[in-house]
Amino acid sequence: MSRRQLILIAIVLLAACVLPFVVSSYRTFQLTMVLVYSIALLGLNMLTGYNGQISLGHGAFYAIGAYSAAILMDQFGWPYWATIPVAAAVCLVAGFLFGLPALRLEGLYLALATFALAVSLPALLKYHHLESWTGGVQGIVILKPEPPFDLPIDADQWLYFFTLAITVLMFWLGWNILRGRMGRAMTAIRDQHIAAEAMGIHTAMVKSMTFGISAMYTGVAGALGAITIQFVAPDSFNIFVSIVFLVGIVIGGLASISGAIYGALFIQFVPNIADAISKAAPWAIFGIFLLGFVYLMPMGVAGAVRMAVARLTRKAQNQSKS
Amino acid sequence: MNLKYASIAALLAAAVASPVAVAQKKYDPGANDKVIKIGNINPYSGPASAYGTIGKTITAYWKMINDQGGVNGRKIEFVSYDDGYSPPKTVEMARRLVEQDQVLLIFQPLGTPPNSAIHKYMNAKKVPHLFVATGATKWNDAQRFPWTMGWQPNYQTEGRIYAEHILKNNPKAKIGVLYQNDDYGKDYLKGFKDGLGGKVSMIVSEVSYEVTDPTVDSQIVQLQASGADTFFNITTPKFAAQAIRKAYDTGWKPTHYVNNVSAQIGSVLKPAGFEKSVGLISTQYLKDPDDEQFTNDPAIKAWREFMRKYYPEGNLHDASNVYGHAVAETMHQVLKQAGDNLTRANIMKQAANLKNFRSELMLPGIRVNTSATDFAPIESEQLIRFDGQRWQRFGSILGK
Repeated sequence: MSRRQLILIAIVLLAACVLPFVVSSYRTFQLTMVLVYSIALLGLNMLTGYNGQISLGHGAFYAIGAYSAAILMDQFGWPYWATIPVAAAVCLVAGFLFGLPALRLEGLYLALATFALAVSLPALLKYHHLESWTGGVQGIVILKPEPPFDLPIDADQWLYFFTLAITVLMFWLGWNILRGRMGRAMTAIRDQHIAAEAMGIHTAMVKSMTFGISAMYTGVAGALGAITIQFVAPDSFNIFVSIVFLVGIVIGGLASISGAIYGALFIQFVPNIADAISKAAPWAIFGIFLLGFVYLMPMGVAGAVRMAVARLTRKAQNQSKS
Repeated sequence: MNLKYASIAALLAAAVASPVAVAQKKYDPGANDKVIKIGNINPYSGPASAYGTIGKTITAYWKMINDQGGVNGRKIEFVSYDDGYSPPKTVEMARRLVEQDQVLLIFQPLGTPPNSAIHKYMNAKKVPHLFVATGATKWNDAQRFPWTMGWQPNYQTEGRIYAEHILKNNPKAKIGVLYQNDDYGKDYLKGFKDGLGGKVSMIVSEVSYEVTDPTVDSQIVQLQASGADTFFNITTPKFAAQAIRKAYDTGWKPTHYVNNVSAQIGSVLKPAGFEKSVGLISTQYLKDPDDEQFTNDPAIKAWREFMRKYYPEGNLHDASNVYGHAVAETMHQVLKQAGDNLTRANIMKQAANLKNFRSELMLPGIRVNTSATDFAPIESEQLIRFDGQRWQRFGSILGK
């Protein structure tokens, strides 16, 4: 990582720490959701952006993570923070297992298989034999975590910092995975899977592992989302969640770590802007925004930022030369 | 001289009167001398967007009220957001309304899951969560949730009404029940059983279905085989139509009660077939805009006029638009009663103090009554029977 990047990350982190003290608690809540979505998007981006597997079903893993946290808190009285690693583990295993048979499926067929997962999960959550755990259609109401150690901040700010800490951890972890051996294997498979295999990469293993890790990220996001919203119900996890995640990574920028944050900002705030513009057809406005972004920034927001920075640097260099 | 004394007297009077007037005016966030700010959350998009029209009717209603001078001299500012029937979005929008927009109260959020998501939040914040658009019975819980109130007759109330009717007319009935296996279906069933009281054994068969089931044909066959002669059909529109058709086609022909949720001519009886729907019994509490007997009804005529003027793109055949108008009238009444004391506590106090209030869009005899312990505004309904063309009212108003 270059020095400039480090400075930039330090500035962003500093801003992220100051923000909840200058904005209202409602905005803090929204920013917490942005962090939550950015973790989910990073997870999906590993699978789709870096490994080239399309998933239309990550909403399902988001739901599994959310329900793991909610059930542990509601039925077993676990503290909220202890549910995060469990949600991560459950989703890692679920994702890995789902990834194994899904390996036989390529491209659009995999997309359909994951789609099936996302479509069937809400119905499964309503299934009456599971109802004593999942609460059926009624869902589960969770208590809001209070700040520990008598910290002089309110519950929303505490939740924000808690989520921020986990987000930083997950991004750091993601950065290490993607820059390392695993990440190189993932992109190699995406670009030329036959060549990758010839180079000795265990394609099946890497693909399943990617699926598992990706699901784990989304599961962590789901658990944090459930704690922030304080409520889970099957209606919260319809197929639209999965589609919106996919929109998020494409808008943010495929195969880009920072793209997850841009994408999260987009899926959190643009629907609200669309609703403010038109009550009659909020999704039509959303569609216009989407088209605008896709046409103006074909490589996502992250790609556009990268290009702008490159252009500015070049300009500066030219000027210093002349 | 006279003029001078008069003006002094006037000044004195003003001096005496104004502190009193000031003392009477009390405000919480969202209310002042000029404006009352009301928040609302509606599914303008998503799976329940058909109900989005309710939000639009209510918006139009407040526009009309503002044109007429507002409520006690204050204009209504109605802030309505879309939640797409997604509970996480409902939470976000409720927080936006309460914390960002600082509304006095939230009125008419729609759907059981979205309202469940904000139930605790609204009560923790002590912001009125009024006249929620769902028939679940849990909104009537003044003890534990003193800031939340429903509006429409709840499912248990309606279940009890059918039980009452069966006990009166056919005390030897053998009843078969079909219900949707979720909180909605169970709520109805509980009310029905409570209504039967000691006679619960009249229910000879009780079968359920899942929303994901393709049909309820096998359930109907099962009910018929149980020897039941009376059928209580607790289903949502698609399944109601299937059940009505199947019960007729198999030659069962029981005395058939269908819940109000599916007492819709267009979306249930038409696909089931009118000839197969003859004799169905259900309940109603609002006037049906398509019912010919109300063509010249002054309230329905005024409603049409209102729709034409303030919501011209709205559908004149959609009962949801009648509902929206009637529920907004109830909110209007609460604000009128609150007068100049526009605190959240007083709004709840007035909402719990509606005595024999009526919107003329309600069927004759239906009244809104609430008290400090009774948070169920409408608790009576009119029985109706389908004659092959339209619903006919019969009998007296049941419930309380």
